[in-house]
Amino acid sequence: MNLKHSWTIALKDLKVFMRKRTVLYTVVILPLLLSVLFPMVIEFGGRRSGGIPVSYLPTLLEAFAWFFVIIPAIIPAPIASYSIVGEKIEKSLEPLLVTPTTDGEILLGKSIAAFLPAIIGTYAGASVFMALTDAVTYNRLGYLYYPNWEIGVILLLLAPLVTLLSIELNVISSSRVSDVRTAGQLGALMFVPFMGIYLAGEIGLISLDTNTLLIIAAVVAVLDLVLFRVSTSTFQRDQILTKWK
Amino acid sequence: MIETENLTKKFDDLTAVDGVTLRVAEGEVFGFLGPNGAGKTTTVRMLCCLISKTGGEARIAGYEVGDREDSLKIRKIIGLVPDNVGLYESLTAYDNLDFYGKLYDCTEAHRKEKIAALLKMLELWEKKDVTVATFSKGMKQKLAIARALVHDPQILFMDEPTANLDPEAAKTVRDFILELKKQKKTIFLNTHNLDEAQRICDRIGILNTTLRAMGTPEELERSVRGRVTVVQLEKSSDAVLNAVKKLGLGDVSVDGNKLTISVADPEKENATILDAIFRAGGRIQSVNVVGSTLEDAYLKLVREREGK
Repeated sequence: MNLKHSWTIALKDLKVFMRKRTVLYTVVILPLLLSVLFPMVIEFGGRRSGGIPVSYLPTLLEAFAWFFVIIPAIIPAPIASYSIVGEKIEKSLEPLLVTPTTDGEILLGKSIAAFLPAIIGTYAGASVFMALTDAVTYNRLGYLYYPNWEIGVILLLLAPLVTLLSIELNVISSSRVSDVRTAGQLGALMFVPFMGIYLAGEIGLISLDTNTLLIIAAVVAVLDLVLFRVSTSTFQRDQILTKWK
Repeated sequence: MIETENLTKKFDDLTAVDGVTLRVAEGEVFGFLGPNGAGKTTTVRMLCCLISKTGGEARIAGYEVGDREDSLKIRKIIGLVPDNVGLYESLTAYDNLDFYGKLYDCTEAHRKEKIAALLKMLELWEKKDVTVATFSKGMKQKLAIARALVHDPQILFMDEPTANLDPEAAKTVRDFILELKKQKKTIFLNTHNLDEAQRICDRIGILNTTLRAMGTPEELERSVRGRVTVVQLEKSSDAVLNAVKKLGLGDVSVDGNKLTISVADPEKENATILDAIFRAGGRIQSVNVVGSTLEDAYLKLVREREGK
């Protein structure tokens, strides 16, 4: 595999995305909004009744941190769908496929192009979130809540794995649809199971502690491997030109 | 340079290309003529290793089409101008070409030199930093040709490169193909345009799922009987009519002073006809050869399959 080819494709895709406002908004606004919103909830939430109880803060912060698993599930959707369905619409896949690049190199390039903005957006948002949260909780907790093991597992393990899962699902859905919006919407459905986990945590069915996060990471890793096989078998030039919609 | 033997492609129950056997020599411009759905694009896609073949053999510069290792080698030495230009509309003309140059592992120096040369040759240099979305159809088509040539391929596949272009843009593209012909590039040209094929191509293949005929434009014209030589006489006579009939070439008819003779090869037979008319005392005002053009050959061969 020629990684230079993949990197060339990734850089080209990133250059194209920089000109797509909707993609930029998703990458920048969503993480930024949540990273500011959550500390504001902690600071100003329940002020009339004396503020959020200190004992409840760790549970609340655990739940908020989970959103940095949901963000990388959402961000790659518009990027990956532009990356593949956009090429289908512009009919630029044929000239790309005739170059001496392998299907794997093209898929890797497109995955890098979706992975980097998603992970950078998530990390940037999480950094702002952690800094602001520590600033507003330090006086009440008496210690810096972040960084901790939970956010470590979320950012270093779960976020990359979930980003990959989202990209793979988008590759598969891109082969079945012929417009960017539908592909993006299908891909964004990825956030539903992760939202379900959040709600399960909220109603006390599970605790989003380090052990649970590691188990979830293992499950996502297995799903990644399964979907990697499906997406690579979907992304084959013969199928792209003859069977893709 | 390009060889196929019984090349076949089936999509489930539909046979798109059936047993095509052809050879295209190095430096030759080969035209592939056929109606919509004849299998021209499918053939090119198979030869460019974009889709797999169902049966038969194909070799490009000695490399096997369908072999995994050889497919990459083939793609390095070919260029493709697809029927849809497929450019990156939000990138500039230069960035489009530079991207492809990188994928062909061209050095930065080569890319700079080649891109500048191609854009200047195709009169796009002034627009090199303009996004492709603002280009006209003709400009996009020229850029797609430049893209296919950025790595200096030995073989160029062109799928209807002048379709949907205005006459001026089409002429620029045709002139450029002729320029490539001078550079001894091997060109495989899919086209509907008979005039274009006749002017540019050394040989032509007529495809309608199966390869109906192959030859030079002149050979294809000759392959269709039905050409007639029309001789306008000063005054017709039985002696002249009998003299021509005696030659036994084909049907002879008279309409006033106009003599119409069916011929197979007017270039060879007209001299004999005129000699016979002179000997019989006829005086000739004009001679015309009518019918059996490449269009006649094309229509006859294409319709043969359709049973019309």
